[in-house]
Amino acid sequence: MLAIKNLHANVEGKEILKGINLLINAGEVHAIMGPNGSGKSTLANVLAGNSSYEVTEGEVYFDGKNILEMNPETRAREGIFLAFQYPIEIAGISNATFLKTALNEIKRYKGEPELTPKEFLDRMKAKAQILGLDETLISRYVNVGFSGGEKKRNEIFQMLMLEPKFVLLDETDSGLDIDALKIVSSGVNIYRNKDNAVLVVTHYQRLLNYIQPDFVHVLFNGKIIKTGGKELALELEDKGYDWVKDEALETQNV
Amino acid sequence: MNEIKDNAAEELSENMKILDDVTTTEYKWGFVTDIDSETVKKGLNEEVIRFISKKKNEPDWMTEWRLKAFRYWQKMEEPKWPNVKYPQIDFQDISYFSAPKQKPKLESLDEVDPELLKTFEKLGIPLDEQKILSGVAVDAVFDSVSVATTFKETLKEKGIIFCPISEAIKDHPELIKKYLGSVVPYTDNFYATLNSAVFTDGSFVFIPKGVRCPMELSTYFRINSQETGQFERTLIVAEEGAYVSYLEGCTAPIRDNNQLHAAVVELVALDDAEIKYSTVQNWYPGDKEGKGGIYNFVTKRGACRGKNSKISWTQVETGSAITWKYPGCILQGDNSVGEFYSVAVTNNMQQADTGTKMIHIGKNTRSTVVSKGISAGKSNNSYRGLIRIGKNAEDARNFTQCDSMLMGDKCGANTFPYIEVENPTAKVEHEATTSKVGEDQIFYLNQRGISTEDAVNMIVNGFCKEVFNELPMEFAVEAQKLLAISLEGSVG
Repeated sequence: MLAIKNLHANVEGKEILKGINLLINAGEVHAIMGPNGSGKSTLANVLAGNSSYEVTEGEVYFDGKNILEMNPETRAREGIFLAFQYPIEIAGISNATFLKTALNEIKRYKGEPELTPKEFLDRMKAKAQILGLDETLISRYVNVGFSGGEKKRNEIFQMLMLEPKFVLLDETDSGLDIDALKIVSSGVNIYRNKDNAVLVVTHYQRLLNYIQPDFVHVLFNGKIIKTGGKELALELEDKGYDWVKDEALETQNV
Repeated sequence: MNEIKDNAAEELSENMKILDDVTTTEYKWGFVTDIDSETVKKGLNEEVIRFISKKKNEPDWMTEWRLKAFRYWQKMEEPKWPNVKYPQIDFQDISYFSAPKQKPKLESLDEVDPELLKTFEKLGIPLDEQKILSGVAVDAVFDSVSVATTFKETLKEKGIIFCPISEAIKDHPELIKKYLGSVVPYTDNFYATLNSAVFTDGSFVFIPKGVRCPMELSTYFRINSQETGQFERTLIVAEEGAYVSYLEGCTAPIRDNNQLHAAVVELVALDDAEIKYSTVQNWYPGDKEGKGGIYNFVTKRGACRGKNSKISWTQVETGSAITWKYPGCILQGDNSVGEFYSVAVTNNMQQADTGTKMIHIGKNTRSTVVSKGISAGKSNNSYRGLIRIGKNAEDARNFTQCDSMLMGDKCGANTFPYIEVENPTAKVEHEATTSKVGEDQIFYLNQRGISTEDAVNMIVNGFCKEVFNELPMEFAVEAQKLLAISLEGSVG
């Protein structure tokens, strides 16, 4: 589904990603872990097409299409969804208006019929319920006055509404208490199926207790230096990142 | 709950339609109508004023009033304090009267020049009574002359007068004598005084005691001729317990030279009366380099004369090369309420210095000011507002919220609040914010599949929400459209 080949990217002229290679197939959940500043969020933003990040080298194919040539809205319509680490507030625009606009854009792009207002509202209610979100959410302005936890839940809610093919979770667990973490995780687990894929970007192993990954990659200094199964996350939690770094240094991987 | 949500969904499909409509960056109302009109020679002197007055078959008292204003104006100086720049206006290089040639008296719309009707059709203004389903009574003013007023009969049954002011001067002299110039005296300011001398037409509305006007009243202003100024005069009087909602819309053709629009609007609300005045102003703003465009120098003021009266101004200003206006309220009656809701958009080389004046005189008077300024391109947008609490205005209250939004880094926004309080029981609150349409906001919407252009429209519409909520439904839709068009291509 997603093939990243030798991806290099700069932020404000400084190279952050230094050659990422990653293959994600449909039905898989991958986790990217790594210390602060290793380039985790940069990777998520580059894949989503944030123009603050400059791709200097490499290729990214999504369903066989080179997405680096697409603007962010086209990538979104193709089915790439980024759950933001810091969701943005939009005053004066209700969640309903926002999501209806987004959903219709995506449907139009795919040549599918738009939802009727009734279908749309029924879907909103059903998905809100899954995440234990109050129905007033529908008429509230996008993320305005939301608590940190509510904002994160709203990201997952949007994911359920828009039904993307590929989801990037950028530090979705940060700032969540254990209950909210469970709710958010259950949302992701409900979404998971054999046709879609998830890339979880996280600093802590905690989230991976609830969203079980098929693969765990360690990102350090802009490169993936180790890949393993879900047990790797536990090992990292236990021993920290230093041993991976040392191991990588020994094999001259960094 | 369900109902609210359904509305929300409907509103958004409406929003999408609006955005779909937006396909052109050009000023869409810029056509010129080739119509046989009668225009007076350029220049201003007593002779021209007598000519205008005679053309309108005015009684002597009206001619005298005009001349008094003119003589006063000759001694006045053009104000220099607004935060706008423009070359000196040569008041002798303007023609002060242009009227579509027409039969002496129009009995029905059938007699209106078909070219004119076509023009109004192009502008989307329903003049044909047969076709009016929207239930809005319309008065259309073309180059300062009222050409058609609809729904006159229906209104007449309720005792409501809605007619060109030129007609009211002849048919209702007692009302005109009593109220004209009673809110904006002919000595008021340079442009208002000029208007008093040379105004050619405008609308007059009178709602008698206890009557609630059953429909929105609307005037549509259009400047067509070249090198003419438009000086219309509007007077609205709501007697005890009366209510009226009045809408005003404006457009002009694209011209290379600047045209002057100096209107005066006076509102009078007696005890328990309410007047809601909404404007969607879309005069030609000039091109990208700042060539051409309307100078919109307007005096608008409402007097809440009676107790418990209320006047609210709602304006959406997207047009004009320069906008200079401060719709205000004089809160004379005890417990009277003044409101001002404004969206002012400037793009390219446009300049706006606009705001409000709330003058609290009566006890327990309240005023609310919500101003949203949006600047894009190289434009400059200033809010200037005066809140004055007089010494007898016990327990007066004002709340002002003044938000500016910047698009790009070549535009400017300023806030000039003036607060004068002479009564210690007053409560005056002022809040101001300035924000930029953030790349992060746009990226967030992009990431959900929304294009940059739609994202900007959405952010801007959200920013203006509080003001749009105050507009009558039809106008709100038009306002959103205008905003989208005015700001097209200013980000991304």
